[in-house]
Amino acid sequence: MLEFPTWKKVWLWGLTLAMIAAALPSIFSAANIRWPEALPNPTVNLGLDLAGGSHILLEADPTQVAAQRLENMEEGVRAVLRQAEPRIRFGDVSTRDGQLSLLLDNAADVDRAREEIMPLMNGTGLIQEWTLEVVDESRLVLTQTEDGADNAVTQAMDSATEVVRKRIDALGTREPTIIRQGDTRIVVQVPGLQDPDELKKLLGQTAKLEFKLVDQTALPTDVAAGIAPPGSQIFPFAEGTPGEGASLAVRRLGGIKGDNLTNAQQSVDPQNNEAVVSIQFDQQGGAKFAQLTEQNVNKPFAIILDGKVLSAPNINEPIRGGSAQISGSFTTESANQLAISLRSGALPVDLTVVEERTVGPDLGADSIKRGMIAMMIGSIAVIALMIASYGRFGVYATIALFFNVLMLLGIMAVGNTTLTLPGIAGFVLTIGAAVDANVLINERIREERKRGRRVIAAVETGYKEASRAIYDANITNFIAGVLLFLFGSGPIRGFAIVLIVGLFTSVFTAVFLTRMWVAGWLRKARPQDLNV
Amino acid sequence: MKLLKLVPEDTNIRFLKLRVPFYVVSVLLMIGSWALVATQGLNYGVDFAGGQEIRATFVGEETAPIPELRETVGALEEVEDPVIQRFGAENQVSIRVKLPAEAEGDAGFANAMTERITLAMKEGHPDVRIDGVDSVSGKVSGEFRNDAAWALLAAMMMVALYIWIRFEWQFGVGALFALVHDVSLTLGFFALLQLEFSLQIIAAILAIIGYSLNDTIVVYDRIRENLKKYRKMPLPELLDLSVNETLARTVMTSLTLLVALVPLLIYGPTSLFGLVAAITLGLFIGTYSSVYMAAPILIWLGVNSDSFVPEETVADKQERLARGEA
Repeated sequence: MLEFPTWKKVWLWGLTLAMIAAALPSIFSAANIRWPEALPNPTVNLGLDLAGGSHILLEADPTQVAAQRLENMEEGVRAVLRQAEPRIRFGDVSTRDGQLSLLLDNAADVDRAREEIMPLMNGTGLIQEWTLEVVDESRLVLTQTEDGADNAVTQAMDSATEVVRKRIDALGTREPTIIRQGDTRIVVQVPGLQDPDELKKLLGQTAKLEFKLVDQTALPTDVAAGIAPPGSQIFPFAEGTPGEGASLAVRRLGGIKGDNLTNAQQSVDPQNNEAVVSIQFDQQGGAKFAQLTEQNVNKPFAIILDGKVLSAPNINEPIRGGSAQISGSFTTESANQLAISLRSGALPVDLTVVEERTVGPDLGADSIKRGMIAMMIGSIAVIALMIASYGRFGVYATIALFFNVLMLLGIMAVGNTTLTLPGIAGFVLTIGAAVDANVLINERIREERKRGRRVIAAVETGYKEASRAIYDANITNFIAGVLLFLFGSGPIRGFAIVLIVGLFTSVFTAVFLTRMWVAGWLRKARPQDLNV
Repeated sequence: MKLLKLVPEDTNIRFLKLRVPFYVVSVLLMIGSWALVATQGLNYGVDFAGGQEIRATFVGEETAPIPELRETVGALEEVEDPVIQRFGAENQVSIRVKLPAEAEGDAGFANAMTERITLAMKEGHPDVRIDGVDSVSGKVSGEFRNDAAWALLAAMMMVALYIWIRFEWQFGVGALFALVHDVSLTLGFFALLQLEFSLQIIAAILAIIGYSLNDTIVVYDRIRENLKKYRKMPLPELLDLSVNETLARTVMTSLTLLVALVPLLIYGPTSLFGLVAAITLGLFIGTYSSVYMAAPILIWLGVNSDSFVPEETVADKQERLARGEA
C-alpha cells in the first residue's frame, strides 16, 4: 500500500494536471480574463438554456413528398405520351394511394407507352423507384415502391436542410446548428436569439411559387362552392390580399414553377409605392416564362405562393427579359422575407415547427449566477462536514473534490460537450456524491482500527474492502446515466454527461489520488495512531 | 481535534424487527401511489402533454397584470384553460396552455398557439420581454412519454441484472423491488401534490435510481461479506448487523448529498426547482428503501450463508479428503 512507484505517481499527477489545464480556458472565459491566443483553448460550450437561444425542431410530412412525386410523374407521363410519334392518346387519369393510373385509348399502344414511360421510372438507377403494371390490357398503373418513396423523402430532406441553412445564413444569425434528425426531422439551434418569430416564419414558408393561367370558363358560383371545372384547381386568395376570402380557379397544368430563379429582391413598385418582390429567372425559366406570356396575352394569370393566390394580374404584353415583379399586398418585411425564401429556393416539402425551446439570454445568465452561488454554498457545507468528520482524511477528500470539479470541467472542455442548466444540477450532485467514496473508505478505516488493526493495515484494508462497493455503485450509476443520455435530448443530455463524466473523475480523485496522498503521508510521518 | 461522529459507535438498532409492519406500510404506499397515478393522473407539463409555456417579464411594470392576461389569453380562440402564474420576480409570469385533445395530431398547432398568445400579450404591453418559450406538438410529446417510460424500465431492469450478476439472484430481485418502490413513491408524490411532471423529473428519477442503488449496494456488499464471515448467524440478525455497520456511512453520504442539494433548492435557478426537489425527495425514499425494502426481502427469498460459498469441485473434494478432513 505504501509502495507508490514513481511511474505511477507521474501517471496520476500527469493525468490530473493535464485535465485541470484543459479546464483553465473555460475558467478564464467565465472570469472574463483573456486566454493567450497562442495556446490551445478547449472551452465548455454553454447550452441554449444557459447562453440563450432557440432550439427548433422541424418536421416534414412524408406523404406530401409522395404526393408531389406522383404529381411530377403525372406531368412527365402526359408530356412523353403527347410528344410520342405518333401521339399516344389516353384518358381517365387518376392519382391516388401512391398510384398513377391511366387508360390508353388503344390497347395496341401499350408497348410503345411502356417504352416512353420507362426512362421516367429510373431516378438514380440504383433502386427500383416505380413499378409499371398493365391491367385489363389497356390500363397502365404506375406505383411508387417503398424504396422509391423513402429515397424521395431522403432527398427532399437533404435539400430541405440545405434550404434551411441558406435561409438562416441570410438572416445573418451567428453559429447556427442545423442537423438532420431521424427520417423526417431537422433540428435548428440558433444561439443568442431573443425572439425567434422571424426565424420561424422564414422556416415555415415553403416558398413554392407557381404561375398558373386563370380558368376563365369557371362559373363564379362553382368556384365559390369549391367545385373546380375539369382540368382546373381551386386556390384561395392569400390573407391580407384584396381577394381574401374568395377563391380562384386556375388551370392545373401548363403553368410554370418559380424554382428556376437566379435572384429575388424586395423592391418598391414606383407606380403605387407598394412593396413588391422582383424576381429574375434563369435562362430556361426565362424562356418558359416568355413562352407562357406570349401565348396568353390579355389573359389573367395567377401568382400562387404555397397554395394561396397572391394576385392575378393580366398579361398585358409578353415578358421576355426573364424578370418579373410579384405583387401581393406585401409589407416591406414580408416582401423581404419572401425574397430571402425565393433566393434560397423553395422547400421541397412543407416543414412544421413541432417543438420549440427558446430561452432569453438574461434568463440564462441569471441561471448560471444562481447555480454558481448554490454550488459554492453546497461545496462549503460538504467540505465542512468532511473535515469535521474525518480530520486529515477529510482534508484529502476536500482536495480531491476540488480536483474532481476541475477535471470534470477539463474533460468536458476537451470533449467539446455542452453545459446545460440541468448540467449545473449535475455538478452539484457530483459534488455531493463524489465524497461517498471517501466516506466509505474512511468509515472502513475507522472500523478496522476499532477491530484492532495497525494503522497501515487498517488503511490498506479500508481502501481494499471499500473499493468493491465503490466500483459496483459507480457502474450501476453509469448504466442509469447512459440510459438517461440515450433517452434525453438537449438539456437532459447535458445533465447525463456531467453525471457520467463525474463518475470517472470521482473514482479517480476520491480513490486513486487520495490513496497516493495517504500513502505518502503514512510513509513520511509513520503515525502510531489515526485520528479518523 | 475531536472528530464529529454523526452516528454513535457500535450501534445495534434492531431495524429489521419491524420489517413486517414496515413492509406492509411500504407496499400499501406503493399501491396507493399507483392508484393515485391511475385516478388523479400526473400533472404533465408541456413536455408530456404537448402545448406551450411562455415565460415573460413585464419590463417597467411593478407587477405582472395577471388578471388582465387571464382575460385576454383566455379569450383567444382555441386556447383552453390557460394556467397563468407568477414565475420568479413580481413582474414575471408563466403562461401554460395544454394542447386540446383534438389537436394532438396537428403538428403545427402548439406553435401557432404560441404565436397567438405572444401577439396578444405584446398588443397590450409592447415592452413585454419574452424570456422563454417551450412549445411541444402532440406527436413529439407522445414520443417523450414513450421514451421516458422505456428509459425508466430499461434502467431498472439493467441495474437489477447487474446486481444479479455481481451478487445472487435474490439480491437482483431485492434491488429491483427497492427501485420499483422508489420510483412508485416518487410518482405517487407527484400525483398527490399535482406537481408539474416534466422531462426534468424523469432525469431526476433516473438519478434517484442511481443513488438509491448506491445505498443498496453498500448494504448488500456488507451482507455478502458478513454471510461469509458469520456462517452460523441467523439471517435477520446478520442483516441488522450489516445495516448497523454501514449506518455511519449511510447517514454521512445522505447528509453530504443533502447539504449539496439544499442550497440549489433555495438559491438555484427557478427552472431547476422541480428537478432538485425530486432528487431530494428521492434521497429520503431511496435511503429508506435500501434498509427496509432491499434488505428484508433477502430473508423471504431464502438467502443463506451458502449463497456465496463456491460449489466444491471434484478436485477440491479430493484435496479435502486427502487432508483427512471429514
